[in-house]
Amino acid sequence: MTTRSAPEGTLSRAPRRTRKIILAGVGWLVALAFLVPYLQMFFTALKPERELTKSPGTYLPSHWTWSNFVDVWSAAPVWTYLRVSLTVAAAATLVTLACALPAAYYTARNRFRGRGAFLLLVLVTQMFAPTALVIGIYREMVALNLTDTLMSLILVNAAFNLPFCIWILHGYFSSIPKELEEAAFLDGAGRMGALTRVTLPISMPGVVTAIVYTFIAAWNEYIVALTVTASPDRRPLTVGIPSFVTQYQAHWQYLFAASLIAIIPVVILFIFVERYLIGGLTAGSIK
Amino acid sequence: MQDLKAKERGAVTSPAPRPSLAQRIGRALTPLLWLGPALVLITVVVLWPVIEMVRTSLQKISSSGVTLGYRGGGNYTDLFGEDDLIPVVLRTLLWVGGIVIVTMVLSLALGQLLNARFPGRRVVRWAVIVPWAASVLMTALIWKWMLDNYSGIVNRVLLDLHLIDKPVNWLAHPTQAMFWMMWVAVFVSLPFTSFVILAGLQTIPGDVYEAARVDGAGHVRTYFGITLPLLRPAILIASIINVINVFNSFPIIWAMTGGGPGHKTDTTTTYMYKLAFYDQNVGESGAMAVVNFILILVMVLLYLRAARWREEVR
Repeated sequence: MTTRSAPEGTLSRAPRRTRKIILAGVGWLVALAFLVPYLQMFFTALKPERELTKSPGTYLPSHWTWSNFVDVWSAAPVWTYLRVSLTVAAAATLVTLACALPAAYYTARNRFRGRGAFLLLVLVTQMFAPTALVIGIYREMVALNLTDTLMSLILVNAAFNLPFCIWILHGYFSSIPKELEEAAFLDGAGRMGALTRVTLPISMPGVVTAIVYTFIAAWNEYIVALTVTASPDRRPLTVGIPSFVTQYQAHWQYLFAASLIAIIPVVILFIFVERYLIGGLTAGSIK
Repeated sequence: MQDLKAKERGAVTSPAPRPSLAQRIGRALTPLLWLGPALVLITVVVLWPVIEMVRTSLQKISSSGVTLGYRGGGNYTDLFGEDDLIPVVLRTLLWVGGIVIVTMVLSLALGQLLNARFPGRRVVRWAVIVPWAASVLMTALIWKWMLDNYSGIVNRVLLDLHLIDKPVNWLAHPTQAMFWMMWVAVFVSLPFTSFVILAGLQTIPGDVYEAARVDGAGHVRTYFGITLPLLRPAILIASIINVINVFNSFPIIWAMTGGGPGHKTDTTTTYMYKLAFYDQNVGESGAMAVVNFILILVMVLLYLRAARWREEVR
């Protein structure tokens, strides 16, 4: 990728510009490579149904069928799937934060009996994804009488994302000097005041990373929802959307129209928090 | 709770008189207030299924899900008697190892690119994020569609480039299907990994490079002598999180081949799922889950070693 062999010090202006152009070229190619599948998703979502059975397939829709994006809402309960996904992801994120914030803060600030054991437990549970335990989760939910409820999905998503959030936040809180809070104490703030007015605002990159990570993971969770839910009105997008393509029907255009409806808000969210994400990962997981 | 905390802080700075029993109990309970919710959530939702899973693996369970009593090691005997088990486990190791190695190598390059200055860098970063934001399942479905033997775009491109002379049914052949699914798994792993590497690159102070330049180190030497060693924590974290995620990347296989044809593209997780919900053999599936679990535990040990190494640095 590099265009020069001369030592840095003698680098003239021209090769530096060439280097920039080459980097930009590579960068844009990479960007395109990452977007190709989603562009294909977009074009497929706009194809009329009969064009989908053509062989070989077409690159672009012959007739741009924007109505697919309208029809998809009545072809399946997309609105319900969206609502379920949103409820589960938002509730799971809240529960995760409510549990992770105090735990991460306390372990970062205090040495106490059992601190090591707790951090070890967090580390170990980080190893388990719902996929590995799905049989156990299913049996547990049967025992708790929680099958086919949103509560089961919220609990599972919250619990399995908790370890990562605790680690990110723990790293972040540890990186903030204690003196800042002590200054706030002197100014008459209580511990809670110091936490909410001093520490939390500085920790925003870590908190945002934790929120985004949990929300996305819950939004994308598939296997537990597939196993535990049965009623159509308790299925999230991930389980509902594939039902557009079964052995009896193949509405690929609706499948991808619904997928785009589900993807675009999340992508926009990600673009907004991109800066925070890098900051959060830097301080939290790597330090 | 507040004054308790104040006392605790006071105790650190001055040799306070021996605390009373009530104070000692209070101090012992304070952590529970802060850690309690997390502990409850982890215990109930993560540890309970582990126990439930082990119990299941020892039980005889009817196809309708009713427990018919203990079966001892019978489920394990059945599982180890399956002809598919060894290939499935080996395939899982190939799946995890192959994907993680390729992801790490590509992410090192991508992280470097995203860290370099060039016009439009932010847009490129946004594009690289997209597969992370899009769900794995939906990404797998679009690849399945692109690989469709009849009207998929992959065949169309290859036909137009005259690389093949008739459409190929990619996902019907185990080897080709595995190749494509591993590619999809790499594709969805790249964003998170590249961002962790990028975050790692940003923690390297510029004066380190300054010094290397003064010493006359070339690009290659600087990269292998400075960048890579300083990236070690990031590489470690990223690769371990990847091992866990890839081990559990059920949706890709489930959406693209369903583990088929037969069990030819199954990994331990899809195999486990089929045993329980297709073959209605919950007990044997529990045994598979335990075996799967032990495989992951081996990785826990690797992670713990890494974590200890991390504390050493701090």
